[in-house]
Amino acid sequence: MIQSLRFRAAVVSIAIFLAFIGVWHLATRQTASVGTMSPEYAKLMGLTATSGKSAMPGPLDVGAKLWEHLKRPFYDNGPNDKGLGIQLAYSIGRVGLGYLIAVIVAIPLGFLIGMSPLMNKALDPFIQVLKPISPLAWMPLALYTIKDSSLSAIFVIFICSVWPMLLNTAFGVAAVRKEWINVARTLEVGTFRRAFTVILPAAAPTILTGMRISIGIAWLVIVAAEMLVGGTGIGYFVWNEWNNLSITNVIIAILLIGIVGMLLDQILARFTRMVTFPE
Amino acid sequence: MTTKFISIEGIAKRYPAAAGGSTTIFEDLWLSMPSGEFGCIIGHSGCGKTTVLNILAGLDEPSEGTVIVDGQAISGTSLDRAVIFQSHALLPWLTVMGNIAYAVSSKWRKWDKTKVRAHAQTYIDKVGLTGSEHKRPSELSGGMKQRVGIARALSITPKIMLMDEPFSALDALTRGTLQDEVRRVTLETGQTTFMITHDVDEAMYLADKIFLMTNGPGAVLAEIVENPLPRDRSRIDLHKHPHYYALRNHIIDFLVTRSKTFTATTPHHDPRHVPVVRPAFPEAPTMPSLHSATR
Ligand SMILES: Nc1ncnc2c1ncn2[C@@H]1O[C@H](COP(=O)(O)OP(=O)(O)OP(=O)(O)O)[C@@H](O)[C@H]1O
Ligand SMILES: [Mg+2]
Repeated sequence: MIQSLRFRAAVVSIAIFLAFIGVWHLATRQTASVGTMSPEYAKLMGLTATSGKSAMPGPLDVGAKLWEHLKRPFYDNGPNDKGLGIQLAYSIGRVGLGYLIAVIVAIPLGFLIGMSPLMNKALDPFIQVLKPISPLAWMPLALYTIKDSSLSAIFVIFICSVWPMLLNTAFGVAAVRKEWINVARTLEVGTFRRAFTVILPAAAPTILTGMRISIGIAWLVIVAAEMLVGGTGIGYFVWNEWNNLSITNVIIAILLIGIVGMLLDQILARFTRMVTFPE
Repeated sequence: MTTKFISIEGIAKRYPAAAGGSTTIFEDLWLSMPSGEFGCIIGHSGCGKTTVLNILAGLDEPSEGTVIVDGQAISGTSLDRAVIFQSHALLPWLTVMGNIAYAVSSKWRKWDKTKVRAHAQTYIDKVGLTGSEHKRPSELSGGMKQRVGIARALSITPKIMLMDEPFSALDALTRGTLQDEVRRVTLETGQTTFMITHDVDEAMYLADKIFLMTNGPGAVLAEIVENPLPRDRSRIDLHKHPHYYALRNHIIDFLVTRSKTFTATTPHHDPRHVPVVRPAFPEAPTMPSLHSATR
């Protein structure tokens, strides 16, 4: 039954996908009438508009272009023309670095907050104020103080991924079952060993959930951040291709952003499953 | 061996009440037990049994008074006092072996892994869990989980075992087998054990002494009942013993009526010298002695 449900779902997914491609193809195939377009816009859109073909690329155009990209993902023809693989690698690298720093800061701090009611109360106002700030609002300040666009992007990733991890760690640590703590207490286990042998495994699923939320936010934010700071990365690529009026490339980039985001989420989901224990 | 291996000396527990004052759960509680004895505490829900046990374990602190174990006032928890929790409290991310090895390696920090595992294995065998070493708690039945809890407590060879209603969540059949095992093991090792129970038959089967507590708040230890049943009693034949009904009726009578009225009807109760009774058939208490009762 489960098997057949999965099978039927796959069939429906494929059907939806084919229908989408079909509609897309039909919608972009007809020639748009040049007359209805404002002359200024026609000028702006250049050849594609005036030649009568739709400005919106069809699925076949995108497919062909994607194939081209996939064939040579890592070419480098100067600052404005790099392979998609390189651009993605830049973005993933920034996310990875900013995220790693956030892990290093958030998890120990979360432990401290979760284990100490005093620190919990003392730090709470700061967290409450800092948490709702849009990560991009930090950008000017980061650029001004760090004076390096790439590092600023990393800082923005750090600041946006730190909160879910911090709050989840603190919550997970504070919510560890009293009886498990009591087991450690009756065995005279010291604070440090207790943190690693009881609290960490008990809170790990909650911590990993926070880490999973964080990676999702970080990947959302990196595209915007790279649009702002420019230079390299998939966000910059999208912006650059928009300026080049290559909607085909923009669509391809959107697709890849989605796929990479999904993969990052799946990796964290797998880690979460690894540390989750049945009760 | 001292006659007061465990000595609870005038402890009280108070919690701040809603209206600013404080609620006294119990006060001026005195209780002592010699080494190697099995004590059971019985009383109605909420009278403070768990609180007494947690204070003995060092998990909780009395508002007043002290607890002396083996000649020393206790402060905090200790590996000498193992606790078997009602909810078994196994660490769910560890296997059966992992849970017991965790306790063993906490007690003997310098032991290497093989030694720890070998030691843990003997206790796994002792509670009849051979073959389940690599199972997680979620893969065990309630009875098996409680066995792991017992093995974990025994494995650190504590001076005292403290059990808070260890079997109350189990079905009658499993409870029976575990009671047999606990009795066998404690007799074998001469373990001093302190247990909370709501089950009168359980207390009669396991305990040498049964401590009767009145209803809270302001609960007192009303009476110490010496078990008149022979030491080699078996669970199955318990009710065939001539003293069985005398003992059982005495305890039930206390729980049903006297636990409520005791404080009012006994104004001169001296908490430092709690009466010791030995219900027996056909007549009143004889001189307390463990082996005096006959079949
Ligand atoms: N943290 C607390 N604050 C206030 N009152 C408490 C607290 N903990 C326990 N009590 C009270 O102390 C009393 C004794 O609790 P305890 O758990 O020792 O009872 P018990 O005899 O073990 O009951 P049961 O048989 O139901 O387990 C109860 O009336 C309870 O309401
Ligand atoms: Mg209780």
